[in-house]
Amino acid sequence: MNSNQRPLSPHLQVYRPQWSSVLSILHRISGVALSAGTGLVVLWLVALASGADSFGRTVEFLSHPISLIMLIAWTLALFYHLLNGIRHLIWDTGMMLELKPARTSGWIVAISAVILTAVVWGGAL
Amino acid sequence: MSRYRNPLERARNHGAAGSGVEHWWAQRFSAILLVPLMAWLVWSMSVLAGAGYSEAHAWLGAPWNAAMALLLIGAMFYHARLGVQVVIEDYVHHRATELALQLVVAIAALAGAIVSAIAILQVALS
Repeated sequence: MNSNQRPLSPHLQVYRPQWSSVLSILHRISGVALSAGTGLVVLWLVALASGADSFGRTVEFLSHPISLIMLIAWTLALFYHLLNGIRHLIWDTGMMLELKPARTSGWIVAISAVILTAVVWGGAL
Repeated sequence: MSRYRNPLERARNHGAAGSGVEHWWAQRFSAILLVPLMAWLVWSMSVLAGAGYSEAHAWLGAPWNAAMALLLIGAMFYHARLGVQVVIEDYVHHRATELALQLVVAIAALAGAIVSAIAILQVALS
């Protein structure tokens, strides 16, 4: 067997998805999405530094419906990754690792992320 | 000197891979730093929503905001790089592809941080 074809952990295809594993993979997905989304931060900063015209064009681009959907998804990813990151930091201390608190904190994180996103965008839209 | 360290001392802080503890701590430290910085970013975004050029320019031009923005950019790109690095290590099992991707991500993170920092300074110092 070629060493490149050995099944390596984490092999997601073998496990039945559970609430904890879904949230775990969502943490990674949101992290990667946010990393890509840093491009938006760079875009905004460069536009601001380049003068009123380019800033106006960028704001116009960001106000497009497709951009708005992207920005809302980015906000949701940000809140989820931020809150779930705090959950991970608590786990790093050894606290709340048992099944029940892990599930409960997962629900708190998921629901809070949605609510915070709704609060942030509720005023803007 | 290292010859005189006992086996436990040599094994300590080195996992099965021989390294990684520094990476783990760096990811946590940058994560902790990013908690207040991201709260600040969200708050700033809601303040700046609908702001025009002069308002946004004046806002980022304020020393406190420019300093926070620089700190955020540094911590954000550092943390993003560390995180994506682990994702690539975990899922890309072809060594050459993995190395190429790691290089691209490292350069992109560094470039993003430098470009952002220059833009912030340009606004703050103008």
